[in-house]
Amino acid sequence: MSQRNQHRNRTAAASALLAFLGVSGLILSPGLGRPVRAGEMRPSVESISYASPLEVLLSPDGSRLYVLCQGSEDIRVLDAQNFAVIKKIPVGAVPRGFSFSPDGAKLYVTNSSEDTVSVIDTAKLEVVATWKTGAEPSSVVAEPGGTRLFVANRISNDISVLDAATGVEQKRLSAGRGASYLTLAPDGSKIYATHVYPNPSAYRTAPESEITVIDAARAVVVDRIPLHGIAHAFHIDFSPDGRLGATTGYHPKNLVTLAHLEHGGAFEDTITLFGADLGRTVEVPLDELERYASQPFGVAIAPDKSRIYISSGGSELVTVIDLPRLMQYIRLHPGGFAHDLSASANYVVTRIPVGLNPRGITLSRDGRRLFVANRLDDTLSVIDTHANKVVSTVRLEGPKNVSALRHGEQTFYTSRYSFQGQIGCANCHIDSTFDGLTWNLEPDGFGRNPVDNKLIEGIKDTEPYKWTGTNPDIPTECGPRTEKYFWRSEQYDDITLTDLSLYVRSLNPRPNRWKLIGHEVTPAQERGKAIFERTIDKFGNQIAFYNRCIFCHSGPKGTSQELFDDVGTSTPLDNTSRLKAPPLTNIALTAPYLHNGSAKSLEEIWTIYNPQEKHGRTADLTKDELNDLVEYLRTR
Amino acid sequence: MKTKHQLAVICTMAISLAMSLAAQAPQMPKFRFENFTTANGLPNNHVFAVLVDGPRVWAATEDGLAVYENHAWKTYTTKDGLAHRAVLSLALDKNTGDLWAGTMAGLSRISAGRIDTFTQLNSGLSNDVVYGVSVEGENVWVATAAGGCRLNLRTGVWTLYNERNTPMNEIWAYAVAATPTKVYYAIWGSGLLEYDQKTGRWDKYDDPDGENEMVLFKDQGLIHEIVTSVSYVDNIVWAATYFGDSRYDGRYWHNFLTKDSGLPSNFTNTVKGVDGTHAWFGTDKGLAYYDGANWAVYRPSLQDGKPEMTVRDAEGRVTTIAVTSAPAHNYVLGIDFDGDDIWVATAKGLSHGIRQRP
Repeated sequence: MSQRNQHRNRTAAASALLAFLGVSGLILSPGLGRPVRAGEMRPSVESISYASPLEVLLSPDGSRLYVLCQGSEDIRVLDAQNFAVIKKIPVGAVPRGFSFSPDGAKLYVTNSSEDTVSVIDTAKLEVVATWKTGAEPSSVVAEPGGTRLFVANRISNDISVLDAATGVEQKRLSAGRGASYLTLAPDGSKIYATHVYPNPSAYRTAPESEITVIDAARAVVVDRIPLHGIAHAFHIDFSPDGRLGATTGYHPKNLVTLAHLEHGGAFEDTITLFGADLGRTVEVPLDELERYASQPFGVAIAPDKSRIYISSGGSELVTVIDLPRLMQYIRLHPGGFAHDLSASANYVVTRIPVGLNPRGITLSRDGRRLFVANRLDDTLSVIDTHANKVVSTVRLEGPKNVSALRHGEQTFYTSRYSFQGQIGCANCHIDSTFDGLTWNLEPDGFGRNPVDNKLIEGIKDTEPYKWTGTNPDIPTECGPRTEKYFWRSEQYDDITLTDLSLYVRSLNPRPNRWKLIGHEVTPAQERGKAIFERTIDKFGNQIAFYNRCIFCHSGPKGTSQELFDDVGTSTPLDNTSRLKAPPLTNIALTAPYLHNGSAKSLEEIWTIYNPQEKHGRTADLTKDELNDLVEYLRTR
Repeated sequence: MKTKHQLAVICTMAISLAMSLAAQAPQMPKFRFENFTTANGLPNNHVFAVLVDGPRVWAATEDGLAVYENHAWKTYTTKDGLAHRAVLSLALDKNTGDLWAGTMAGLSRISAGRIDTFTQLNSGLSNDVVYGVSVEGENVWVATAAGGCRLNLRTGVWTLYNERNTPMNEIWAYAVAATPTKVYYAIWGSGLLEYDQKTGRWDKYDDPDGENEMVLFKDQGLIHEIVTSVSYVDNIVWAATYFGDSRYDGRYWHNFLTKDSGLPSNFTNTVKGVDGTHAWFGTDKGLAYYDGANWAVYRPSLQDGKPEMTVRDAEGRVTTIAVTSAPAHNYVLGIDFDGDDIWVATAKGLSHGIRQRP
């Protein structure tokens, strides 16, 4: 029986098991640590549209709560006192960020999957315009004069500057990699951008990210604040006086062998403070020695600078920091303490459990209430900031049952399965994608086999998995391997593993931005395709099967799913030179390349790492032709 | 023997005559040159290009990219991510404020202190030796030792221009000037290439006399095939070659040679048009200015190295103007303007010409 058939049978068996358990009402809430009422979970594999609240904002007058619902692709407008729904406004595909115009008359929403901004009239509560942006717009802010909009484009790594009256794009500013979150400084003079992927750096060096600083009036980048060691940064907030900024970030330990999770062995969860109050950047750990604030995302500084609130999507909590105590601690430790997990005891006031995968947070004007969007259970937590307690949980309209797919997604994002709750799948697969890093995993041997972390979109039916193809299917990849080598803790039960596998299998590739509308190809892409598919080189010689691009990277996803003995890329650190031909799905987005992440660009695969021509016949190509090949690959 | 009185009269007459001639000379811009070398902060005296960027001045030197701001020099090197220590060309993206630097080993973008480097190995750049760069809209146009290329900043797509898809007989591209309507490439040994932004078509201008140094008919066409620099302003092409310079208005050519103009040397490294009438030329024998009729030359004297300014009027009369300073060296490689001031990159330092008013 082929591996593929074995896998299909296993999946079918798991589905049958699910059906039985669901009908009999015996389902435990897998991984949630509590029993679930029969009927709360529906053992369904089909996709159900959950609200999935990602971000939350208060209207400028504080009377309304706006909730960005990524799953149902709408903006919910709620009464901020009684949380009654005022309106549900449909927007574009996969909304990701939103903000108000300076006068509050407009709400701008980025639609990440269709590269647009929806403009909502906040009086009419309807979309009045839709404007084009760069690729995968993730947040938007208007400059105080109201003449320009700035949009962070995650996969074009830039910031679109739009005319706020017409939506016409005026220019693009070069940002860092994965530009995603924009924040206007309180005085309106600067816009700060953070990035979910690390900037390119030298091979096997610490990741580097940046805060891109834009002069709002001139619409030019004026500074780039380095974030050393930070691979993924998310929201920023400022104190009202503008003298202190804070951004959340993941600090991975990808340069050392991932051999344990104790003492922050895989990640540190941090905020980085910057601004005039400090005169420098200071990375502040949120974790404790045996407890973590995994996947920090949202951040809010209290109006009186007494507290900082941080949501942690993986740990499902909000961390409350005593800001004066933190500033005092910083002053007493001028050498930094980013790696000291005992430090947080000196400034963390409490950690408040909230819903599943808490993301966006916002404070009321007076700082008395903190609203938290819990993306994976369709709720808002309302926290009384004096009592530091959730005083209300607002359930958003939507399906009440938790489908198998939804449960799989919850499992993917939570950190509760790993030792001491340090990491979840989403730590390395940011928003279910990739992380742009190479890791060294302990089972291959200390210092052996550093591997590039691959994109997981579209990995369904591309088994076997791992670069060495040693995992025959997704359940093996996500189950025993992950549990043993990553979580080093609790094992998934069968249902949870099946649901997690279902979720991973459901991750379809995002739209390819290099393909022209209507799937036409540019002349360069067409020429590149011919090179990809060629069987004869430019001298008229037959190219050996194993040295044709299309032989190893065949099929719709660009993989033959076969292992190949030697493509000339192995190094003395590798245990084997036998590697699986990886899929080419959205390959343009996922640098670095090759099994060990040594190629920083697609070009380098052939200009540097193919000297023996074992990774395709390319030495006969001119530079023009290699460029054509790259242009074609970008369409995959 | 002449008496003291007679000598005084003669001197007075001579001075009066000189003053009279000077008074008759056309009024050409006069400068006080402040020179920068390694002695006062420049990382290297070989300066290949200069670019004025608001309050900053960028100098492309053989040993790094130097920036002068607030009366102090700072140098970016390969340690900061610069593609190579020898920087050959500069261009400013006026939309974004990013600076592009062509080097001997790749193209670098300097954006608010971050340097991104593109090479022939890690990107679609046609060749690592980047002689020229120019930014227009969302495209960066590059002149390299293996033809030209264009990076679209929005799509990330590189398009290469060489002998396979343009009339470029040689692929040694020395300079590029990109504007919204036309893009011009100065090709070493292959004349001047013109790209029409609207139609996407290429055109080519060659020396009608072929690849030799003869000029059979003046103003018949481009002065020579070895084109080193090009500037396109107000629909006028200014082209520099190693054998004279040319001005082209789309219909007529006008050529400049030392024998029939105020050009100090036919060996011209760079040309920069102020507008359709006025232009500056950087030669191996000094800096020259042409106002449409008259010429001025600024240089250390070829005889004694003392500061020198000469003016040649439309009739060919040459007048020496008394000056106290001159550009750092006669071998001029780059020119840029800062209002009425001028910055000059030379083989032995960078010069700031501060305009002097009568």
